[in-house]
Amino acid sequence: MSASDPARAWPDAALTRVPYWLYQDEANYRTELRRIFEGPTWSFVCLEADLQHRGDFRTTFVGEMPVLVVRGEDGVIHAFENRCAHRGALISLDDQGTAKHFQCVYHAWTYDLQGNLTGIAFEKGSHGRGGMPPSFSKAAHGPRKLETAVLHGLVFASLCPDAPSIEAYLGEEIVGRVARVLRRPIRVLGRFVQALPNNWKLYVENVKDTYHASLLHAFFGTFRITRLTQGGGILVSPDGGHHASYTTDRADDRSSTAYREQGIRSERQDYRLADPSLLDSVDEFGDGIQLQILTVFPGFVLQQIQNCLAVRQVLPKGLDAMELHWTYFGFADDTAEMRTRRLRQLNLVGPAGYVSMEDGCVGGFVSRGAAAAGDEVSVVNMGGDGTESAETRATEASVRGFWKAYRRYMGH
Amino acid sequence: MAPADPSRIAKLNADYARAIDDDRLEDWPTFFAASCLYTITSADNYRQGLPAGLMYADSQGMLQDRVAALRKANIYERQTYRHLVGLPAILGEKDSGTIAETPFLVVRIMRDGHMDLFATGRYLDTLVEETGSLKFRERLVVCDSSRIDTLLAIPL
Repeated sequence: MSASDPARAWPDAALTRVPYWLYQDEANYRTELRRIFEGPTWSFVCLEADLQHRGDFRTTFVGEMPVLVVRGEDGVIHAFENRCAHRGALISLDDQGTAKHFQCVYHAWTYDLQGNLTGIAFEKGSHGRGGMPPSFSKAAHGPRKLETAVLHGLVFASLCPDAPSIEAYLGEEIVGRVARVLRRPIRVLGRFVQALPNNWKLYVENVKDTYHASLLHAFFGTFRITRLTQGGGILVSPDGGHHASYTTDRADDRSSTAYREQGIRSERQDYRLADPSLLDSVDEFGDGIQLQILTVFPGFVLQQIQNCLAVRQVLPKGLDAMELHWTYFGFADDTAEMRTRRLRQLNLVGPAGYVSMEDGCVGGFVSRGAAAAGDEVSVVNMGGDGTESAETRATEASVRGFWKAYRRYMGH
Repeated sequence: MAPADPSRIAKLNADYARAIDDDRLEDWPTFFAASCLYTITSADNYRQGLPAGLMYADSQGMLQDRVAALRKANIYERQTYRHLVGLPAILGEKDSGTIAETPFLVVRIMRDGHMDLFATGRYLDTLVEETGSLKFRERLVVCDSSRIDTLLAIPL
């Protein structure tokens, strides 16, 4: 069935009920790739720190489109489709490297660092025979180019020349929350890929869902890293697509019994760390915010959990599969002590994270639970029906915000 | 320091794998020296000298905390591993202990019976004699792939 089938319409205009077919409809997924990932949105592609010198490149994806991101001879970061203009083969087969130019392995067509087709093997044929017609214009053929934008060390790309500037796309508040974390040169500490058995949207919703964090994750709840009884709130961008949630400590939370009174599993009274150095954190940003999770529509996450910093890239890999590309980082001027602190706290995140391992499996639980429920709906009603910023995290406003932006791009 | 006997390293590896595969995770920290380092990384990160691990424990207490979290805090579907551990290659002796490298392969078995080849790689170990037994001063688990399916709960 297609998204235009009447049985596959949204129940109504509200954002509080989300039909499950959105995660299950192949035609709808293809439309998402076109209208969202290849549309007037910005996708994170790499860190500026990954491309320090001219010719440095990384390969990645925007949606399912393979993309090369390169620092050109002009010092500017360029991005273009990793697809040879000739027969469509991948231009680069490496994850990263340094190049003077790129040459497709198939028929040795050559590209400069900006993705311009500069050379065709045997363009004039051999011994006066064969070759390309004289009328063939190299300038008129090449992989699709993407717009790029650098924001506080994050590199974003967009296939749409009409996309708003990254600053206008995110809005002042979200840009401020990016700047809050990324004030110094970054040093990458490691990269991992987590393959998740679910539609990409289930992960994005999970990241935006401040309600679940201390309920699913016993580690958060027990050690008061983030609890709904602490201070904090969420900022949702006016278009709904981007968010930042944050937690501040509250003295009165230390004695709060709200979790215990509700019999919530995630507060374990008997759970104590043998080595509490894992939680030894410092207020490195000087504002008392111990946790900030920020998303950029459609698939980027910037995470600060105490001193544990990472970016996550959400890459759809078909209707029922996605990859989460984690890049762990610190800052170039970190002391040895701070570096060890970050390495310890990284136990919280990633595929084996005390917290993140659960986010890795819960999307699959929804996929399997709702396997036969395409015409049923999920309930997204905590905190009402709006998408406004709030000074509480016991709300699903940022999840509704995601659907608000989603419906606009998709025309649902 | 006297070089460790390869057969003793092989026995330590066999006991280590059986403890994990038999779900005796509480025994897992006892294979490490009092002062220890256990990390899981990928060949790519290792080659590039990137220090972050999927798990990172630089004390006995942190190993115990990993087990406690799996038992008491973390949510994941019931699963077991089957380790196949190769023969150790002894790479030398250092002041810090015997350096050995051992290949491994881990099959993960989910509660519904689904089995997959979950991880392959090598253990890069520094071994020391402590209270009459051989222990891991350092066990660096270098997975051949950087890609982990869904989650990595039980240690490798």
